Amino acid sequence: MDFLRPAGWEEALAAKAEHPTAVPIAGGTDVMVEINFDHRRPEYLLDLTRVAELAEWEATDRTVRLGAGVPYTRIMEELRTELPGLALAAHTVGSPQIRNRGTVGGNLGAASPAGDAHPALLAAGAEVEAASVRGTRRIPVEEFFTGVKRHALEPDELIRAVHIRRADGPQQFSKVGTRNAMVIAVCAFAVALHPRTRTVRTGIGSAAPTPVRAWEAEEFLGAALEEGGFWDSGAPLDPSAVRRFAELCAGACRPIDDVRGTAAYRRHAVGVMARRTLGWTWEAYRGGEGRTAQCA
Amino acid sequence: MAADRTASAPTTVTQATGAIRGTVGESTLRPDGTLKVTGEFAYSSDLWHEDMLWGFTLRSPYAHAAIRSIDTAGALALPGVYAVMTHADLPAGTHYGLEIRDQPVLAGDRVRYHGEPVAIVAADHPETARRAAARIAVEYEELPLVVDEATATAPDAPLLHPGRRDHHASHVPHPNIVHRQPIRRGDVAAARARADVVVRRDYEVGMQDQAFLGPESGLAVPAEDGGVDLYIATQWLHVDRDQLAPVLGLPADKVRLTLSGVGGAFGAREDLSMQAHACLLALSTGRPVKIVYNRYESFFGHVHRHPAKLTYEHGATRDGTLLYVQCRIVLDGGAYASSSPAVVGNAASLSIGPYVVENVDVEAIALYSNNPPCGAMRGFGAVQACFAYEAQMDAVAAELGLDPVEFRRRNAMSQGATMPTGQLVDSPAPVAELLRRVKALPMPPERAWEAAGGPVDVRALPGGLSNTTHGEAVVRGVGYAVGIKNVGFSEGFDDYSTARIRLEVIGGEPVALVHTAMAEVGQGGVTVHAQIARTELGVDRVTLHPADTRVGSAGSTSASRQTYMTGGAVKHACEAVRAEVLRRGRERFGASHPAWAEPERLRLEDGKVVTDGGEVIGDLAGILGDGAVDLEREFRHRPTEPFDRRTGQGFGHVQYSFCAHRAVVEVDTELGLVKVVELAAAQDVGKAINPLSVVGQIHGGSTQGLGLAVMEEIVVSPDGARVRNPSFTDYLIPTILDTPAMPVEVLELADDNAPYGLRGVGEAPTLSSTPAVVAAIRAATGLPLRRVPVRPEHLTGG
Amino acid sequence: MRVNMRVNGRPYEADDVWEGESLLYVLRERLGLPGSKNACEQGECGSCTVRLDGVPVCACLVAAGQAEGREVVTVEGLADHARPSEPSRPGQVAPLAPVQQAFIDAGAVQCGFCTPGLLVAADELLERDPDPSDADIREALSGNLCRCTGYEKILDAVRLAAARTGEAV
Repeated sequence: MDFLRPAGWEEALAAKAEHPTAVPIAGGTDVMVEINFDHRRPEYLLDLTRVAELAEWEATDRTVRLGAGVPYTRIMEELRTELPGLALAAHTVGSPQIRNRGTVGGNLGAASPAGDAHPALLAAGAEVEAASVRGTRRIPVEEFFTGVKRHALEPDELIRAVHIRRADGPQQFSKVGTRNAMVIAVCAFAVALHPRTRTVRTGIGSAAPTPVRAWEAEEFLGAALEEGGFWDSGAPLDPSAVRRFAELCAGACRPIDDVRGTAAYRRHAVGVMARRTLGWTWEAYRGGEGRTAQCA
Repeated sequence: MAADRTASAPTTVTQATGAIRGTVGESTLRPDGTLKVTGEFAYSSDLWHEDMLWGFTLRSPYAHAAIRSIDTAGALALPGVYAVMTHADLPAGTHYGLEIRDQPVLAGDRVRYHGEPVAIVAADHPETARRAAARIAVEYEELPLVVDEATATAPDAPLLHPGRRDHHASHVPHPNIVHRQPIRRGDVAAARARADVVVRRDYEVGMQDQAFLGPESGLAVPAEDGGVDLYIATQWLHVDRDQLAPVLGLPADKVRLTLSGVGGAFGAREDLSMQAHACLLALSTGRPVKIVYNRYESFFGHVHRHPAKLTYEHGATRDGTLLYVQCRIVLDGGAYASSSPAVVGNAASLSIGPYVVENVDVEAIALYSNNPPCGAMRGFGAVQACFAYEAQMDAVAAELGLDPVEFRRRNAMSQGATMPTGQLVDSPAPVAELLRRVKALPMPPERAWEAAGGPVDVRALPGGLSNTTHGEAVVRGVGYAVGIKNVGFSEGFDDYSTARIRLEVIGGEPVALVHTAMAEVGQGGVTVHAQIARTELGVDRVTLHPADTRVGSAGSTSASRQTYMTGGAVKHACEAVRAEVLRRGRERFGASHPAWAEPERLRLEDGKVVTDGGEVIGDLAGILGDGAVDLEREFRHRPTEPFDRRTGQGFGHVQYSFCAHRAVVEVDTELGLVKVVELAAAQDVGKAINPLSVVGQIHGGSTQGLGLAVMEEIVVSPDGARVRNPSFTDYLIPTILDTPAMPVEVLELADDNAPYGLRGVGEAPTLSSTPAVVAAIRAATGLPLRRVPVRPEHLTGG
Repeated sequence: MRVNMRVNGRPYEADDVWEGESLLYVLRERLGLPGSKNACEQGECGSCTVRLDGVPVCACLVAAGQAEGREVVTVEGLADHARPSEPSRPGQVAPLAPVQQAFIDAGAVQCGFCTPGLLVAADELLERDPDPSDADIREALSGNLCRCTGYEKILDAVRLAAARTGEAV
């Protein structure tokens, strides 16, 4: 095994180009477990913790460019306003120690269906900035996950950043685990209201081979809100519409039975979380959160 | 600067400061506390020796398979590898076991469980050892599996241990049953005919893991005399030694064990794990060998709590009197016997709980199967039964329309009661009082998540940080339970402990040196020993010698027995030392005061000899001079007898202990998530030798019971008998956010048979915690919940 | 490979480090600092918690090479870390940090295997928030498993350390 420690981004890309089998390591919260338990013996470890720019984020009017190496703790503390859904998700990751090390870039690189950041990215709307010595491209997060622990990166590519839409309305994230802290998701759900575009987006974790959006549910609710003039009136939602939204979210799952939970439970729980988180976000919207944005 | 390293010596725990002084009955701080908070306390995994090698174990990927061949050439060819050993390389004995020597040191022609050791490697680095193990080629041929009672006793069932010759073999109904214990008393059929209410239900308890935090580890150092010195984390040094010596082909005195720091035990270190492997590799290479399991391997490296299937039938009269209990308890012992016979004895004899029932018909068995071996874990046998009988008590109370605590009170045993085994309960058994106390405690506030007035605090809600509810569908429930556990080794076992005390004057001050082989696994026995020595010998300074096999056996740190037994031995030896001191005093100073002639009137206090009237008549420094008093004594509890194999009658247990719990839970009834809000306990401890650690034991035991109630289970795949969750990612134990406030009420009703009147503390709180939590979840949800751990899908119907 | 780092204020160098080794392994097996514990090696127990450039992390999940040139504080350096103005000299016994003394006094130590990680985490919490609520203590320590105590005495210890530090100010 060789340990590569590039001091800057260009050097990192060059190293990855030269050694496409190199395994990038940032917080180590996935890679080191695999090494400690002898599940993986990469030829090269590519340490990204010395690439300073990866640990930075910058916000523009409409988006946040989140460096791949910003740890969850900083997302919770620094981006609660810009990225409330992701900040909530970050708070459910592992333990304080894990949140101090783990990064969204690492979560994407592992591409586990149970990654806590993924549903929040799907709901907010995000693009993965992938780079190589050949250049840079942006991959919509919906297209990033290609299978269980598989993603759309080329062997010579690294994740530079994630471009996430700045919240223009309330967002929520909820995750079911069988413990009250430090637990991997049995399933997770994120919802984001986007008053500016008058859309609702969702993200489901751990209930399909990849993180997914509940497209039908989004379309149904978007239409219901539009037709009923709810964005303008801020009226309470029709319980039957909430119920239908929850059913469609549950229906978007393709879960399995495993040691963490049954498929049936996952489907059920996603429905409950969809109903509750929609309720919380809509109440916040009615209370004024994001209602100014759509008037602007 | 290069790291400076010296060979690690075992930790000698000495009275370092003046801050830790305490006698019997006073809350006393741990003598090893400073070393433990500075990181200097040497646990078995911390040991290091010049030239040491790392050992590694190759384990079976199959639960049941014949081994056709093993080729180690590839491993041996790897640079840095010093030894590779298989069954064929064992120099002497090939099997070990606590009671029945049925477990191979390394698998021979057959593996019987997933993870069974097949070969061992010694190399210069852990990674070299792992790579070498990966190069060992083993040819397996899978065999049909035995996974439950049906497959174990089927007509064509493969026999796990054909040709059994152990002492249970002749009385079991099938060779795949390790042991069977019936208990029969009264006339159940007649009682059933008189019952107004009959409740018959099935229950199930999942396989719990001890999940101590310090994985199995140790360092074996070959000695010049051809023997071996093993520095090890264990629960019972002498029984380790007695199993190791025949395997190593050495006399017992050449197998010397010293206890190193132990990172928790809870039963999981009762059996051997890596002890024999490290010693074999050390003797074979002539180099010190260290083996440290990682968490994954630890799940395969020790026995677990027996999973159980239990069927109970209770009959009662309309006025709430229990008439009879009939039950059948099937424990899965897995591939090897371990402690299964004793677990069966406990499950059977304690099966009906702390209640008076005239008519009892009980059968408990343990199976041999291809599941992971099961054995000792805190409260063994009694934990499984308590979950079922307490669920039954609630169910019968509900049928009768009685309050569950009131129904228990009407049937609670007290001193003078008779157990189903015919044994008279001849010391306090305050079952009703314990229940009364937990019930009388104030209730925790409702809706604590709203308390601050600001936004919802999800940390106080089911789901915690995962943000699953802001109060929606959250329902509170309250549940009660009480349990009974035996203390000490039962059924006629010659249970004893040894202590050696040396009293001498050092620097003008009397110092007591306490030497026992007691395994301090965290329970605080070292504190207790120092307290007893101070109390009995009237000295301030007590030094604790490292525990090793150079002194007589202290028995196991299990069965809630160490304060009673080795504490008793320290007391007994101190009394002998005191008698000798007084004899020497009388010899030298007898003429100076008439009280010398009546030693029963004299005590030692603050380094002085004091009469019962408070008069000082001598001092230790003057009596001892340059001499020392150095005596070793054994202590035995009163003898017990085996249970009759047909009727289960017999004076089988030394002592009983009782604990009651009240659990308050809040359940998200839609998502099936549980927050235990409060877990209150009341326990009779006879005499709290160290109140601080008594409460610590009750907290810890209660929390392990909570874990079994709502999250802890080793999941074994039914098709392959493979462990599916051998990691802390998927075997979950409670975090600090899962663990509630735990008010504790301690009763001290003396047991006149025991030293200081004390009653073993450690296990009882583990029993009633689980059924109390589940009763509270039943109260919140209205669901029957016949299985633990309760999983979210059990509460949602998913 | 060779790895250099500062641990508890002193420079260390480790040679012949295998690239797959963790910071935890290097501390325990190469630098003679076994205080950080190896309970799970998968970031699920907190027993190996150390401060890496001031931040509490699981040392088992830091690749040895990632610690190159970094500043590490382990339980062995906690007493000095708590009193940076009066570091102990070799041979001299440092007084315990308030949180260490509180763990002893409150009965928060049983087997002690989780203790080093809990101490580092609790010490960092009290540095950030000298007067944490119970819920804040629970959240800050939710990555540290203990199997012996049921956590009640650990909460007591952190409260005690906070109270003592508050009085001393």
